[in-house]
Amino acid sequence: MNKKKTIGLSVYILFLLLPLYWLLMMSFKSNQEILGTLTFWPNDFTFANYMTIFTDASWYMGYINSIYYVSLNMVITLLVALPAAYAFSRFRFIGDKHLFFWLLTNRMSPPAVFLLPFFQLYSSVGLFDTHIGVALAHCLFNVPLAVWILEGFMSGVPREIDETAYIDGYSFPKFFTKIFIPLISSGIGVTAFFCFMFSWVELLLARTLTSVSAKPIAAVMTRTVSASGIDWGVLAAAGVLTILPGVLVIWFVRNHVAKGFALGRV
Amino acid sequence: MNKPHSNKAWFLVLPVFILVAFSAIVPLMTVVNYSLQDIFDVSTRYFVGTEWYREILNDSRLQDSLVRQFIFSGSVLLIEIPLGIGVALMMPKSGKWSVISLLVLALPLLVPLNVVGTIWQIFGRADIGLFGWALNAIGIDYNYAANPIDAWLTVLLMDVWHWTSLVALLSFSGLRAIPDAYYQAASIDRASAWAVFRYIQLPKLKSVLLIGVLLRFMDSFMIYTEPFVLTGGGPGNSTTFLSQALTKMAVGQFDIGPAGAFSIIYFLIILLVSWLFYTAMTHSDNK
Repeated sequence: MNKKKTIGLSVYILFLLLPLYWLLMMSFKSNQEILGTLTFWPNDFTFANYMTIFTDASWYMGYINSIYYVSLNMVITLLVALPAAYAFSRFRFIGDKHLFFWLLTNRMSPPAVFLLPFFQLYSSVGLFDTHIGVALAHCLFNVPLAVWILEGFMSGVPREIDETAYIDGYSFPKFFTKIFIPLISSGIGVTAFFCFMFSWVELLLARTLTSVSAKPIAAVMTRTVSASGIDWGVLAAAGVLTILPGVLVIWFVRNHVAKGFALGRV
Repeated sequence: MNKPHSNKAWFLVLPVFILVAFSAIVPLMTVVNYSLQDIFDVSTRYFVGTEWYREILNDSRLQDSLVRQFIFSGSVLLIEIPLGIGVALMMPKSGKWSVISLLVLALPLLVPLNVVGTIWQIFGRADIGLFGWALNAIGIDYNYAANPIDAWLTVLLMDVWHWTSLVALLSFSGLRAIPDAYYQAASIDRASAWAVFRYIQLPKLKSVLLIGVLLRFMDSFMIYTEPFVLTGGGPGNSTTFLSQALTKMAVGQFDIGPAGAFSIIYFLIILLVSWLFYTAMTHSDNK
């Protein structure tokens, strides 16, 4: 029984890893080798594809732009979502249920619907091609999700803690930052992870709202296609480099995420 | 739980409300505005009422991509939900291997959407990709760039590769929440593995699975980037889903009026389905 499970899981993991392995190997090959023969290990191991990226500012600035607006988005999302999630978990107020559902519908609205008006709105208020503009646009789907996740974690903290703190003379801001936030730190970790993930993988809005100075790496990658064909090696290397930040983040928050999953709230 | 009633809580929610309203309400109103007018330039515009809606509802572009979209989202759910549950059941419950398999499963979720397209674009090619090469080597004539059925299956396989992990991780967290006492009671009763699954695990997974179904339905219904990179919607229109048909219309041909009407209809469909799911979810919570 257990053997069967292990084999089944191994087959599935092999299915997940094979395409990634292929991309990784291709990034170490020269274009002649990629197009010439099918090899499982590069005959001629080369870092040339990575050097192309690291020595060209228009390439590596793409990564910096992406990381910049993703971090901005994470900070903004957490700053506004924390108090809101607290309100939803602790109080009833006029229109709370409707507001909550309305927030969730924004997580469910297709970005393609908003593409053109977004472009016009952000151009008219001077946010086009800025990092903060992309970060604000990504708040549209990240803030509702963050409120949803955080609300779940906050509801797990007994209300007696709030009341005791108020009796002890804590003001709301002091209680919130000194006592409450440390209590839900693993929830904040999980939320930050999801914000990172959804903002990092999104392309459609980020590409539409930028042209030069805030251009994300995903949009830069299209330049590997030129008149002489596709530069497969560099494309693969760029792809590998977009996966790395995600791997690093998940490695650092693995304990928080495992805890979050154990709580049954995602 | 009885929560105190306090309308001051609105002050805590206000930043979220303003931030989301800025990015949601203004663009939505703009789209509604477009969908009701015929716009030639900034000063020349006519109110046309529901004409665009009537035109777009009879437009074969919308109808075809809508049918393709429903078939696609349906197949995605039919494959990914059972597969995800299966993978979650096979995962080690605790220890080092549990953490490792969690991390490996999370890996595809962190790949940017266009890179997912790129990975499969490379992997499926008969000349340089392992998958395409292997299929051709065993005698299957596979070419996703020319054959509509191959293209369609590749998009589906790509989505399964990318998103089954989400269902698996959700189910895994649901399974972990089941107390050991349930399993002990089942083993005393000599329940078969199938009975344990059918009468203990599946009912306990219901609420997490609803979240999974909801997220997978929504995201597959909005899919844009992956097929765009992989096939560009082709060959022909075989992998052109709703988002792509809409973007072609709005940005490619600049038919703002019909595109506005298209957007509203698209949004209403999603809203309707998400409301159904949301009601089902909150009802199952109340029980």
